[in-house]
Amino acid sequence: MISTDIAIIGAGPVGLFAIFEAGLLKMRCHLIDYLPQVGGQLSEIYPKKPIYDIPGYPTVLAQELIDNLMEQGKPFHPGFTLGERIEGLEKRGEGDFVLTTNMGTIIESKVVVIAGGLGCFEPRKPAVAGLEQFENGRGVNYMILDPEQYRGQKMVIAGGGDSALDWTIFLADIVEELTLVHRSESFRGAPDSVNKVMALAESGRINLILNSNLNSVSGSGKLENVEIIHNKSLEVTNVAADHLIPLFGLSPKLGPIEQWNLNINKSAIEVNTDDYSTNIPGIYAIGDINTYTNKLKLILCGFHEAALMSHSAYQYMNPGVKYTMKYTTVNGVSEF
Amino acid sequence: MEENNINIHVQNADGSLTTLEAPVDMGLSLMEFLKACEYDILATCGGMALCATCCVDVLEGEDKLNEMSDDEYAMLDTLPDVLPNSRLACQLQLNPAMEGLTVKLHGGLD
Repeated sequence: MISTDIAIIGAGPVGLFAIFEAGLLKMRCHLIDYLPQVGGQLSEIYPKKPIYDIPGYPTVLAQELIDNLMEQGKPFHPGFTLGERIEGLEKRGEGDFVLTTNMGTIIESKVVVIAGGLGCFEPRKPAVAGLEQFENGRGVNYMILDPEQYRGQKMVIAGGGDSALDWTIFLADIVEELTLVHRSESFRGAPDSVNKVMALAESGRINLILNSNLNSVSGSGKLENVEIIHNKSLEVTNVAADHLIPLFGLSPKLGPIEQWNLNINKSAIEVNTDDYSTNIPGIYAIGDINTYTNKLKLILCGFHEAALMSHSAYQYMNPGVKYTMKYTTVNGVSEF
Repeated sequence: MEENNINIHVQNADGSLTTLEAPVDMGLSLMEFLKACEYDILATCGGMALCATCCVDVLEGEDKLNEMSDDEYAMLDTLPDVLPNSRLACQLQLNPAMEGLTVKLHGGLD
């Protein structure tokens, strides 16, 4: 079990800067992120893009900013759990918080700071009635982890992006029967993949249904049939299927955070701007994941929030202790 | 109407149109402008073409819009139910050529 003062959910720029602000007050941090590396969106999505609104830096590359923040936090020896997602959060009576990841890692902390940015990217689910009843091993999956499990089975893939095309090509040789459903007339993906899919359809290896959408799913106990509707003629086609894989990309979601009894407003966590605390004492939310009047989703605002949060967290952890703020220009940064 | 403003029409759920005066000199995207007008748009990703919650269907003036970037193209391509005239409002920077643009919130993509 990992034990720390502050557990920070999210290792993006704001979570990383919180290490420094907390460190000045001698509080130790442990960060958890679902991505395999630190940096959040900056490292994952736009590492080479310049950012122009970090105070004091006319321009800085996203990855450079992350590297610098890591360097800045180094004296305070933060811990990291990467590639894991916090699923459970419990408060032990009046005492510490216990966080559990999807891999079973347990982290105990006095304070929890949610710096989760956009949240986690999860598969986008189409609006098809009854889809949920076939999730969890009963035929409907939103991602393909082990293609071998589909060997000799009948399956339907829905979607028109690159991943739908790539999986169709890959699975055509493995499954017994494959139907690809796409809402449009044509595909705009990589030309090479599009040509391969068209060739598979012409040779009869796959069943390609264009200009169509998923209409409904049925089966007793497990998926047996997928109903597909033509979006112009409204003609309905039934396809016998053991598996349905809708591949409609990923969308950012709060995920398990939604189940923690925090006040949520439009997928963001409501906070008190005095100290960016949430409705649960000891839990704070900073950066893009929080919301308040006049909120700006800017890195620099997240930095400010991290500073105020740290001072409040110190008071929360040390009730009654008088603390006077010290400037780093006067005291420097003392490692601990 | 002020000099640096254009008219944007938004089709409501009942089919009627609401006309909004939008500034073109503030560097706003259509998403930011619609959000400022209190339209129910999550814009989770803050305008990076990552979440598609700002998707709009362009009813008039499609030809007046800037071309799609690869990111917008790829995002629209993966969505379950967009139309040929769907765009991501966050990728449409307001400019004078967009005078008279008519859109409808796509909805349902969260």
